[in-house]
Amino acid sequence: MEKQFKIFRFDPEKDSRARYQQYKVFAEPTERILDCLNRIKWDQDGTLAYRMSCGHGVCGSDAMRINGRCALACQKLVKEYEGKEVVLEPLPSFPVLKDLIVDMERFFARVRLVRPYLIAASEPPERERVQTPEDSRKLDEVIRCILCGCCTAACPVTAQNEAFLGPATLVWAFRTIFDTRDDRHTERLGQVDRPDGAWGCVNHFECTRVCPKEIPVTKSINAIKREIEKVFEK
Amino acid sequence: MEFKHDVVIVGTGLAGLRAAVEMPEGTDVALISKVYPTRSHSGAAQGGIAAALGNEEPDHPEWHMVDTIKGGDFLTDQDAAEVLAGDAPRAIFELEHMGVPFNRTPGGTIAQRAFGGHTREFGKAPVKRACHASDRTGRVILDTLYGQALRKGIKSYDEFQLLDLIRQGNRVVGLVVYELATGEIHLFQSRVVLLATGGFGKVFKTTSNCFANTGDGVYLAYKAGIPLQDMEFVQFHPTGIYGLGVLITEAARGEGGVLRNGDGERFMERYAPTLKDLAPRDMVSRAIAQEIREGRGVAHKDFVHLDLTHLGKERLKEKLSDISSFVRIYLGIDPSREPIPVQPTCHYMMGGIPTNLDGQVLDKDDQIMQGLFAAGECACVSVHGANRLGCNSLLDLVVFGRRAGKKMVENLPEISWTALPDRPEQGVLGAIDGLKKGKGREKTWQIRKEMQETMTESCSIFRHREGLTRGLAKIRELLERYEGIQIRDHGQRFNTDLLEALELASLLHLAHVSLVSSLNREESRGAHFREDYPERDDRNWLKHTLVEKGDPTPRVFYKPVRITRFEPKPRTY
Repeated sequence: MEKQFKIFRFDPEKDSRARYQQYKVFAEPTERILDCLNRIKWDQDGTLAYRMSCGHGVCGSDAMRINGRCALACQKLVKEYEGKEVVLEPLPSFPVLKDLIVDMERFFARVRLVRPYLIAASEPPERERVQTPEDSRKLDEVIRCILCGCCTAACPVTAQNEAFLGPATLVWAFRTIFDTRDDRHTERLGQVDRPDGAWGCVNHFECTRVCPKEIPVTKSINAIKREIEKVFEK
Repeated sequence: MEFKHDVVIVGTGLAGLRAAVEMPEGTDVALISKVYPTRSHSGAAQGGIAAALGNEEPDHPEWHMVDTIKGGDFLTDQDAAEVLAGDAPRAIFELEHMGVPFNRTPGGTIAQRAFGGHTREFGKAPVKRACHASDRTGRVILDTLYGQALRKGIKSYDEFQLLDLIRQGNRVVGLVVYELATGEIHLFQSRVVLLATGGFGKVFKTTSNCFANTGDGVYLAYKAGIPLQDMEFVQFHPTGIYGLGVLITEAARGEGGVLRNGDGERFMERYAPTLKDLAPRDMVSRAIAQEIREGRGVAHKDFVHLDLTHLGKERLKEKLSDISSFVRIYLGIDPSREPIPVQPTCHYMMGGIPTNLDGQVLDKDDQIMQGLFAAGECACVSVHGANRLGCNSLLDLVVFGRRAGKKMVENLPEISWTALPDRPEQGVLGAIDGLKKGKGREKTWQIRKEMQETMTESCSIFRHREGLTRGLAKIRELLERYEGIQIRDHGQRFNTDLLEALELASLLHLAHVSLVSSLNREESRGAHFREDYPERDDRNWLKHTLVEKGDPTPRVFYKPVRITRFEPKPRTY
């Protein structure tokens, strides 16, 4: 079927302001929006810029706004937009570098801030550390995060307050806070126990709605809040 | 700009990151990634990482070693297989200590499951050897090693594309690198370079590989005069999602899933009576292709079914959740209710840049190239021989990535700085200029499409002289037509139009080398199956292929397989 696309274009090298460009492509209903983008780029307009790599929702490169909703272009199929024009825009709340490509630096810097690695106090044993399946399962959902940025871009708090750590960072904080092998529990909780940390979240649930890996992001942030209350007896 | 680092590691998948983490405090080391490190293709690995931990049932590194050798159809260098299997338990415990969130047994140790070609007591039955974190094993190891690199404060140049190796005599003294965000060409001067740039599955039409897997490092090594080893051995994973090629992990069969043909028959029982669906990948892919050829594909089409309906919702959710979601998204299928249509998909390159056991790159005379290392899929140790076993790849990355890192550290004091030659970026600038100002009418996507179709037709699971000869002629034509490419984007920032054209040069040359190697090897071994030579021929072909760039045609030569303990035997499962 023929599909109509309206794509956000901005190249700071030559454009004084952003514009939208229309394209038409033939696509099967079961094809990915990424397939359409590639067809546009390859057959019609080589200047169109976007990121992509794995093509099946594992690397997190092709996050963008599709008809107003943050998503991965490789996870959305043409048939989901039947009868509609498809509007593609860069992730909101991120500075645009060119067309659909946004600046990820601050996003990654935030994740680095919460020290996304295990810090254990004791010397490791000869074999693996023992962890019960129940304790291990606490991390099953958050370890699905692929750092695509959809949640942070969709977050209404992030849109209002640049200083808010953002949902993705808090998901990464969760990984170590609730890992029984980590020994910086209190210190890590203290780091997110502030108005721009876990308490910045006011349960809009937008992050949870858009997460392409179906992580219960808001629920995870609330678990951090409850843990802060428990540990610091608030 | 000119950058200067003692150690430059190109590629931020598991091999590159593991080598980086090995650097002692104070080492001046830099990572270069064509994407962001957490987006490297190691992250797409699903099912597990092999090690004879014996957490679920008795296991032994020697069984693992022999499985690896037999899995590789005896082309595997046995000293390498011994290192891989022997070092595996240590490597897994180390990953666990770094924080990898492995699934656990009821007793709290690392959980393990069955995988293709991994057996107890030298082939008696499948063994649970695959350590895993659901079906996201590669991703969580990547995240963990990335965290370790952050912890060490290692500098990373993200979205920087390697364009050339700067060679001085028998040494690589630096790199020419393209910064995607600005379009600038940078020079990196270094004392030691590690190539950890991954594979090049994108030479085929249907592949589980990401768009970034264009073999840049492998091609640039070849271009710099290093021969490429065993390039005829291409792994087709049996279970790619029909039409898309997206991977459905072998763990689906490790957890009990079975393959069925159009008659509903569990056909692997006929091909591999002992291991059945858990035979090595080359055999299962060949069996699927054979069933389809003989008209037993589902609905007489070119796919078979992967049946997981008996595993139950809970098990799918806990152990196979990512693939369940892929199937739901792309096919609209609930795998707990309906079988999944699958067909083989190009997955992994056994061949690549020849190295010794410490990742040191070997030149055409089998001598060590000073200051140049390779590890991971871009390298050929050769630990996988003619066919890699599932779960041995992630293991290869961390075992040989670490060994390369150690050797780099050890070599550093002996390697002095060498001045870069005058204007080493000139060749690259000329190529970019040619693509931007070309007068031709050729399009990158058109040539790439024809290359992928050619490789799929001539160099897939079944090969024969006529097809390979035709394929070779076609790739040579495409290499000529490449010179006529004109790109549309002449800008500087994020010029992915230019990037794709540059990547295509790598793909075309690597397709060429694969075809030359495949046509040359007149026997069938592992993943290389010649219909005109259907038997393995140890008398003439128990040797590694090497292909060196030449003018006008490449030179093919050989080196012996290192056989230490196990004489080649017929390969049955």
